[in-house]
Amino acid sequence: MKTTYREAMRAAIRDALQRDERVFLMGEDVGAYGGCFAVSLGLFEEFGPERIRDTPLSESGFVGAGIGAALGGMRPIVEIMTVNFSLLALDQLVNNAATLLHMSGGQFNVPLVIRMTTGAGRQLGAQHSHSLEGWYAHIPGLRILTPATLEDARGMLWTALEDPDPVLIFEHGTLYNVAGDLADDAGPVDISTAAVRRPGKDISLITYGGTLPVVLDAAARLAADGIDAEVLDLRVLRPLDDAAILGSVAKTHRAVVVDEGWRSGSISAELSARITESAFFDLDAPVGRVCSAEVPLPYAKHQELAALPTAERIVAAAREAVGARG
Amino acid sequence: MTGTSSRGTGSAESGHARHLLHQMLRVRRLEEQCVELYSAAKIRGFLHVYIGEEAVAAGVMSTLGPDDAVVATYREHGHALLRGVPAGAILAEMYGYVEGCCRGRGGSMHLFDAATRFYGGNAIVAGGLPLAVGLALADKMSGRSRVTACFFGEGAVAEGAFHESLNLAALWQLPVLFCCENNLYAMGTALARSESQTDIALKAAGYEIASWSADGMDVLAVEEAARRAVDAVRAGGGPHFLELRTYRFRAHSMFDPERYREKTEVSRWMERDPINSLRNALEAAGQLTEKDWKSIQQDVEAEVKAAVEFAEAGTLEPVEDLTRFVYSERSPQ
Ligand SMILES: Cc1ncc(C[n+]2csc(CCOP(=O)(O)OP(=O)(O)O)c2C)c(N)n1
Repeated sequence: MKTTYREAMRAAIRDALQRDERVFLMGEDVGAYGGCFAVSLGLFEEFGPERIRDTPLSESGFVGAGIGAALGGMRPIVEIMTVNFSLLALDQLVNNAATLLHMSGGQFNVPLVIRMTTGAGRQLGAQHSHSLEGWYAHIPGLRILTPATLEDARGMLWTALEDPDPVLIFEHGTLYNVAGDLADDAGPVDISTAAVRRPGKDISLITYGGTLPVVLDAAARLAADGIDAEVLDLRVLRPLDDAAILGSVAKTHRAVVVDEGWRSGSISAELSARITESAFFDLDAPVGRVCSAEVPLPYAKHQELAALPTAERIVAAAREAVGARG
Repeated sequence: MTGTSSRGTGSAESGHARHLLHQMLRVRRLEEQCVELYSAAKIRGFLHVYIGEEAVAAGVMSTLGPDDAVVATYREHGHALLRGVPAGAILAEMYGYVEGCCRGRGGSMHLFDAATRFYGGNAIVAGGLPLAVGLALADKMSGRSRVTACFFGEGAVAEGAFHESLNLAALWQLPVLFCCENNLYAMGTALARSESQTDIALKAAGYEIASWSADGMDVLAVEEAARRAVDAVRAGGGPHFLELRTYRFRAHSMFDPERYREKTEVSRWMERDPINSLRNALEAAGQLTEKDWKSIQQDVEAEVKAAVEFAEAGTLEPVEDLTRFVYSERSPQ
């Protein structure tokens, strides 16, 4: 079946709404407008305003209401337009969603799914372009998912809804139009492991979400040069799949982490540290990182591109690692 | 719509009034005990007592049913107790023991209890309001006629979450009872120094929420207002808002030197002590004998004593359990 990332996501939401009457979608413009990225287009007509619930512009209010509804037995899917706006709901996400289970001594689960767009690449300027999923991956109590493929766009939501804990799904804005084939019977996928998207033996390129296609492109270019790169898609930023990460490095002995967040204090910093801590003696080269330039993302296309991890930069980092020894 | 409910009429059935007196005294004595335990370094952290405000929790709580939900702040020992959380579990929580209502992980500011639908215990000012809205949304969407009562101080009124929550609750006509405990001070900030509009019920009415204020030092007045509101909420009348005008007799917390208000102001309010007032009124009306009062006191003393004994006998959660309940024990793969 030919589909797009956006349609796969929509199919996942429709499926969830059909399968469980406790599920509802809530967020700004998810209803009449069809979702600001058109993910929920048509669902309002199909399921009505109770279950495809437009909210006022009040991120703290409706994210908190989602948490409350989850406590009250519902299975809300809350859409936040972009991660940038989720900062207005940080209190609810961090102080309530992530903490209630632990603070209540195991009494109160928060079975909530929050979806939001992340990432740059569409010339939207700083306030619509940041990649902050790494921040959320810092917070115990949350599960952080970054679907990069059609299978994951289709399958992660259902599993996330079965999770008794809060799950944040980050959808990179440049992925929505990605088209491809998806099995007719594509269904739920696991939300705990990383996946090798391209096996290889010379170097591990570790990434997730919107940079997966860029990294696959880089790997193809490297292959043309005789460098056989393995591409590992993290899929889940918290909890990280250590076994997959270390397993890949043990095989290739080199790693470059590609992350659209800023390098300082990023998820790539965490990966680099974990690899160094646990696989230091497997390494033939220092762990490399390709991240966004440490600037608020600019509007002008050339500057935006210059700030982002591009295939060229990934290829260069991989060459450097491979050339480092042997 | 805003209005002021009448003062307590005293017409309430005297047995019930004695019950309310008893409830208020339970909160008072438990918290006096907490202060002592705090001074003895048996309990730590921040401790915010409710002394002086007992009429609010007692009056509202008596109008709720077992299926209703309660959301409260960090000044919530009284709410938890009157909601039905055992005094021993509350004290053990403050001792940090596993027998506490949250295994000692919450402490004074974070009491939770699933059995009584007590959802905190929230130490972020106004942080509980969106949760209450969501709990009410779940009830409305599921067709249950339950009420969620949400307690917060007047300090919360300045937060964005307050406005977002009132707007959502009114927009979606959700079964929430907002209970603003207006004790005039947010830590040291007097209401007039933080709000352009100090009539809080009026402010809530601006969201098309039926809003009343009541004398928060008079438990019968609080109860009457709360009962009217709870009945209306339960009947599908959408959110209601109560501004309960009260006063805390003690400092904000155990660390507060209280430089922001005059001792004379405090003592003026203490003349309106909700417990003494009700006791005196009942005695004057011949509805409370010295013997009744003694027996209420004895009851409360016994309860608090047993709670302390329960807490003292508590045990520490094993350190091996530190990371339990960060995630559920039945996560999907
Ligand atoms: C969001 C937030 N800001 C600041 C604080 C610190 N703080 C704790 S209590 C308090 C005053 C709150 O006053 P009020 O809401 O009137 O409640 P009261 O203590 O009078 O019951 C403040 C500022 C906090 N806990 N949360």
